[in-house]
Amino acid sequence: MTDVGRHPKVELLAYSEVTKVTGYVGNFKVTVHRKARFVDEKECTACGDCVEVCPVTRPNEFEMGLATRKAIYSPFPQAIPPAYVLNAEDCLGHMPLACEKCSQACEKECINYDQEDEDVELEVGVIIVATGMKVFDPTVLTEYGYTKYPNVITSMEFERLINAGGPTGGELVRLDNRELPKKVAFLQCIGSRSEKKGQPYCSNVCCMNSVKDTILIKEHWPEIDVGVYYIDIRAFGKGFEDLYKRSKSHGVRYMRGLPGEIRMNEDGMLDLYVENVETGKTEKHSYDMVVLSVGLEPPDKLDEMRQMLNLSKTADGFLLEAHPKLEPVDAPTRGIYFAGCSEAPKDIKDSVTQASGAVARAGSLMCKGEITVEAITSRIIDEKCKMCGICAKVCPYNAIQFDKASKQPPKVIEAACAGCGCCGAECPFDAIVMRHFTDEQIISQIDAMLEENPMDKVVVFACNWCSYAGADFAGVSRLQQPASPRLIRTMCSARVSTKFILHAFKKGAPVVLVSGCHFGDCHYIDANHWTKKRVDKLRDQLVKLGIRGERLPLYWISAAEGQRFQKVMEEMEELRKTVTVEEVEETKRILADQEAKKKAKKKKAKKPDKEAKAATD
Amino acid sequence: MSSKRIGVFVCHCGMNIAGSVDCDAVTEYAKTLPGVVAAVANRYTCSDPGQVEIKKAIAEHNLERVVVASCTPRLHEPTFRKAVEEAGLNPYLLEMANIREHCSWVHLHDKKGATEKAKDLVKMSVARAAGLEEQDETVVPVTAKALVIGAGVAGIQASLDLAENGYQVYLVEKEPSIGGIMAQIDKTYPTMDCSI
Repeated sequence: MTDVGRHPKVELLAYSEVTKVTGYVGNFKVTVHRKARFVDEKECTACGDCVEVCPVTRPNEFEMGLATRKAIYSPFPQAIPPAYVLNAEDCLGHMPLACEKCSQACEKECINYDQEDEDVELEVGVIIVATGMKVFDPTVLTEYGYTKYPNVITSMEFERLINAGGPTGGELVRLDNRELPKKVAFLQCIGSRSEKKGQPYCSNVCCMNSVKDTILIKEHWPEIDVGVYYIDIRAFGKGFEDLYKRSKSHGVRYMRGLPGEIRMNEDGMLDLYVENVETGKTEKHSYDMVVLSVGLEPPDKLDEMRQMLNLSKTADGFLLEAHPKLEPVDAPTRGIYFAGCSEAPKDIKDSVTQASGAVARAGSLMCKGEITVEAITSRIIDEKCKMCGICAKVCPYNAIQFDKASKQPPKVIEAACAGCGCCGAECPFDAIVMRHFTDEQIISQIDAMLEENPMDKVVVFACNWCSYAGADFAGVSRLQQPASPRLIRTMCSARVSTKFILHAFKKGAPVVLVSGCHFGDCHYIDANHWTKKRVDKLRDQLVKLGIRGERLPLYWISAAEGQRFQKVMEEMEELRKTVTVEEVEETKRILADQEAKKKAKKKKAKKPDKEAKAATD
Repeated sequence: MSSKRIGVFVCHCGMNIAGSVDCDAVTEYAKTLPGVVAAVANRYTCSDPGQVEIKKAIAEHNLERVVVASCTPRLHEPTFRKAVEEAGLNPYLLEMANIREHCSWVHLHDKKGATEKAKDLVKMSVARAAGLEEQDETVVPVTAKALVIGAGVAGIQASLDLAENGYQVYLVEKEPSIGGIMAQIDKTYPTMDCSI
């Protein structure tokens, strides 16, 4: 920790949060909100004079509420930066001044009540997300009486109790009478591997953490009777099995099966009601301390961070990697990497390993000094452009510059264009070419698909990042599906123009599905809002023409939702079966009529022009 | 009708594709598609011999477009782009048909349906390939600075490694001190040493 504080190449921004990220790989622009510390970080010597005079007492978060701190405090003795911090919400008032005792006590005069929050702008090439996790709060498991019974504690509270630097100086005590417990039970999988309360996944670290804790107890106080209640003991890592054996050799009892309930009896002992899996009978085991081995969850605000960085999450709520085996530290968004629990619960060794891996990946990108960007950007054909400005309006990246007054066609800033294709789909005059995903290329795919037996097929437009990847995930998971759907990949669902959809219906498609990322998950900021707007509008038009709107569904399927993809495909197949040949023929006729009407209208509109021109000539 | 000379490479992927798709039938079908002048089936197209075959065919048949029918482009598109580039073609003249993740793996018990779908997917790719154009990639400069969000054990390690590699690091932590949850833990397994 101190190395980070000292390293000349590391600028530490503590008490700060990232609030905005724009840009792209190699060129991110980041806004960091620095909260006012009210204490000069460089001048403060952490002497502690301010703490002594502060009249405010608050629960100490670092000690899990087992000790107190003042409104001005250092989180813990080895904190980096070592400077104290004044919590503005706890302080009696610095604006206007209510107490001022701390600043009077500070000889070096490093307390400044006028300090304000500030925003710092940074430019970086890569981002490593190491946002960690939070610990499960077992209050919801009412059967275990956490917060109701003082001697039912969490494994995090246990860590502080057994720590020589903790509130008891490392003396393990019952919280009701401050005496050494005689019997301690550990309950595993609290908030983990549960379909009801907590999380369905294994939190990875809790088994070994409890094994470690039992050894800590036994090495200090061999007379304490220790029992561990578990579903499975997962001791799979290097040196783990040895540690588990060591715990057993100390006389720690391991019992399969979790207690259904904890009740405190008149003697203040905690009775655990647990089924003996060998006899099938319920037994009552008494302890004077119970440690709930709590699991790990995604931290608060991870969703906010995820949306800021255009990332996806897996079903467990942690961040989704680019590939679970081959790119485990890469985010699907280029230039962003994961370290530690942001990607999944893991222990210290794995977190450190992943951090070094992320750095290697980030370094291989930065060391070249430049990178190539896929050639999928948009181009404007000036001759076709009627200067309506829609493209500039819909671009999520403001990558299209347009000034109506200049009477010049819009310009695409190539480095800023991410290639979603929304502009190409919205342009009413076919004046935009999406490189590598041109109208002609996509239309040719539709034609090829529907040339023969169109009634047997479902046309599926899938965005590269979420829905197409979700279909891949369904494939990797071998989730069996009907064989009727055929996917056409676009970078973003916003690339799917009404032209493509209508073309598919004209060619006899019974069903056309448009699929993309969930709102908030779009890899092109919010381009998929345009998808929804466009598809909903077209569906309304189809309904007005007498075409069934259900035949144009829109679904959001994320890269992690293989099962959802499978379900949607099954639904599409059922939908396809409801569409008759007559219905498709009728649709084709309606759309052909509509097209003929439009053409006639255009001709009519052009004719007077020509006549007028002839007259002037 | 396309005037481009297209080569199609159908991958068995061992039994991953060949197990539920009749790859020979797909290859034969590919030969009938407009523009296709060569269609070959490979056991593993992504392997070195598979890639060599693509390169050889490009030279032999003077191919202008290449279609690889195998796994998802999200996996091996970079591999095959590189292969066609080495054979002198612009990498954007490659097109992939996903007949594994979207076909053989999800229709394991429907060989007929899977084969028909694979044929369609190849047909669609061939049609798209005919319309592909050469593209030049844009070169973008990279700022040699890193942002690390979170200063728990992972963020600290990442920052130090980056700094030791010579990169400027901004380490952002929401709490007043770095250390995260690790700093709260007493001893750590499996070596039972202190966390701080």
